[in-house]
Amino acid sequence: MSEIAAAHDDHHDYHPSGLWRWVTTTNHKDIGTLYLWLAMIMFFIGGAMALVIRTELFSPGLQFVDPQFFNSMTTLHALVMIFGVVMPAFTGLANWQIPLMVGATDMALPRLNNWSFWILPFAFAMLLSTMFMDGGGPAGGWTLYPPLTLQTGNALPFVIFSIHFMGMSSIMGAINIIATIVNMRAPGMHMMKMPLFVWTWLITAFLLIAVMPVLAGGVTMLLTDKFFGTSFFNAAGGGDPVMFQHIFWFFGHPEVYILILPSFGVVSSILPTFSRKPLFGYSSMVYATASIAFLSFVVWAHHMFTVGMPLAGELFFMFATMLIAVPTGVKVFNWVATMWRGSMTFETPMLFAIGFIIMFTIGGFSGLMLAIVPADFQYHDSYFVVAHFHYVLVPGSIFAIMAAVYYWLPKWTGNHYPERLGKWHFWLSTIFVNLTFFPMHFVGLAGMPRRIPDYALQFADYNMLASIGAFGFGFAQLLFLYIVVVTIRGGEKATDQVWEGAEGLEWTLPSPPPYHSFTTPPVVR
Amino acid sequence: MKRPHRRTAVRLAAVCVLMLGFSYALVPLYDALCDLTGLSGSTSNLTQATPAAPEVETAAERQVTLQFVANVNHSMPWDIRPDQFEMKVRPGHTYQTVFHAHNRTARPMTGQAVPSVAPQMAAPHLIKQECFCFTSQPLDAGESVEMPLIFKVSERLPETIGTLTLSYTFFDVSQTSGTQSG
Ligand code: HEM
Ligand SMILES: [Cu+2]
Repeated sequence: MSEIAAAHDDHHDYHPSGLWRWVTTTNHKDIGTLYLWLAMIMFFIGGAMALVIRTELFSPGLQFVDPQFFNSMTTLHALVMIFGVVMPAFTGLANWQIPLMVGATDMALPRLNNWSFWILPFAFAMLLSTMFMDGGGPAGGWTLYPPLTLQTGNALPFVIFSIHFMGMSSIMGAINIIATIVNMRAPGMHMMKMPLFVWTWLITAFLLIAVMPVLAGGVTMLLTDKFFGTSFFNAAGGGDPVMFQHIFWFFGHPEVYILILPSFGVVSSILPTFSRKPLFGYSSMVYATASIAFLSFVVWAHHMFTVGMPLAGELFFMFATMLIAVPTGVKVFNWVATMWRGSMTFETPMLFAIGFIIMFTIGGFSGLMLAIVPADFQYHDSYFVVAHFHYVLVPGSIFAIMAAVYYWLPKWTGNHYPERLGKWHFWLSTIFVNLTFFPMHFVGLAGMPRRIPDYALQFADYNMLASIGAFGFGFAQLLFLYIVVVTIRGGEKATDQVWEGAEGLEWTLPSPPPYHSFTTPPVVR
Repeated sequence: MKRPHRRTAVRLAAVCVLMLGFSYALVPLYDALCDLTGLSGSTSNLTQATPAAPEVETAAERQVTLQFVANVNHSMPWDIRPDQFEMKVRPGHTYQTVFHAHNRTARPMTGQAVPSVAPQMAAPHLIKQECFCFTSQPLDAGESVEMPLIFKVSERLPETIGTLTLSYTFFDVSQTSGTQSG
């Protein structure tokens, strides 16, 4: 291309090739792909950590790893899965889909977008490098409670800085998403016409902006307590370690909704397609999502029922928590009503979406049990809590992400994935995920504490089942990797609409869509 | 950057800064809430004007048991113990006891005692008039000391409470209080 043309054309048609293309890209599709691959890699790293945990817990006694390392595995596993898998995967989906769904050419702030992504590999390199430091990786739990966390060796500042970086990345991503949705919708796309995936992400982005800075503040206080002589959480200096828990969970509970709201959007997109009916109760879905987000700011202390709160506080947080079940119930009802009398077919995305609804609801119910104050005194810090949050996060968030990948992969690549293998992946995952996490309810109720490398003999059988399930689930995910790779490489060509019942702007584009799509905005009627 | 995008981005960034400020604001807010409600096991002392308890003779001279516990944080090399592990006290009367502290090391250190009362509901009713926990306690190498505690239990202590535990944890504050250490 001549210099004049290049100057004239801005940088639009400039495509560096090879690695450099990916480093410098500001294209929403490229960045979406990068996020999704990062999530995939971190999924296997975090999964390997989980398998270390399950290997040690296969039978009672200490046999494979030392307890300190075991604890750093539980801590890092959680940090990697939350910040390295679920959040980047959702951001990747947002990058790919939001411009396509609202009819925009790209994200609003493409360079910021490049930065949001490229911070992450460095953040995770730093986090993972702590495993090799003096004193080992962080081992005080992902919740980083002081004073225990302050006893971490050299790793502590690295963990905290990596959390700062992850936070910055999420905040920048969120700003970009909000700017795109607010300013770049195609003519005619009113707020109440936006696809639910866009709505749920808009609300999630606001949650991110509200709470990531609070986490950053909390961990910075840890840092100054450890190295600069402040006493935010140090009782000797007039501080209070319980205050950290308040700050952490003020972030932490909205964070769990950050990890689930985009899945609600995914499921709400998939169900109508394969039921061949419009979504039931669109506006109630929007309001339910918004009220879940608001309520999520006033329930944080349900993670701290046992710290010794006044009765009035316990009651308030108990009832507020239970109140969230109402909008959540509205959603589940609407999903079921969407399928009701639809002409349903069960392609892989639909299977994952239905699996999501059933198993997420199981997690919601165990959440309700945990919300009952007197009961939580027994359940708190037991494997029952582990069962609860794994049901909402694995067959919840992770299944929704997989559903989304199967649903949109033919659009992204132009190729259909192998349907048979997809179904195998779903059924293996579903069987093994339940084998892994269902027994944890029982051992938890029977009194097995979480975050321990050894346990009493009476828990042996269920733990063995859980470990078998975990290995099965882990290996089933290799199938997922394989399916994604072969679909990118080739396969049966997909039409523009891909799915018979699919509706929405993204399906009006060719599969795969051109590098710059919607260069003239579509008109929505 | 296009103008509307820049405006949106700047506003959202401002919200972020605000929320960062809020996380720090939670610290005084939290303390204020605890003071306001007298929660979190913090005990009263006379510097906080306690309403003058009517010194009426309560019927049948009620007696409650007060237990003392003392220990050190981490592996702070001090020996701490209460002189008496338990006292029978009558609400409304003033009592005195001592705690013993001994610095086992060959260097001067400073300790700070942090009190805590169980059950929580009793915390506002245990009134400390003089307590070694009001100030930090320096000890020379190998030095021992008796530390006084003067207190009373308020007559407003709920009837349902018959036993109180007053526990002290000692923290090593040599670093922050300027005494040389290590
Ligand atoms: C109906 C909705 C829900 C209710 C009533 C609920 C309730 C609770 C309660 C009371 C706890 C604290 C248990 C304890 O530590 O004793 C808890 C823990 C947890 N929940 Fe939920 N929850 C709900 C939904 C979710 C969702 C959607 C997610 C994430 C996708 C989630 C993730 C978590 C996590 C990660 C923890 C454990 C945090 C930790 O201590 O490490 N929950 N939940
Ligand atoms: Cu919560």
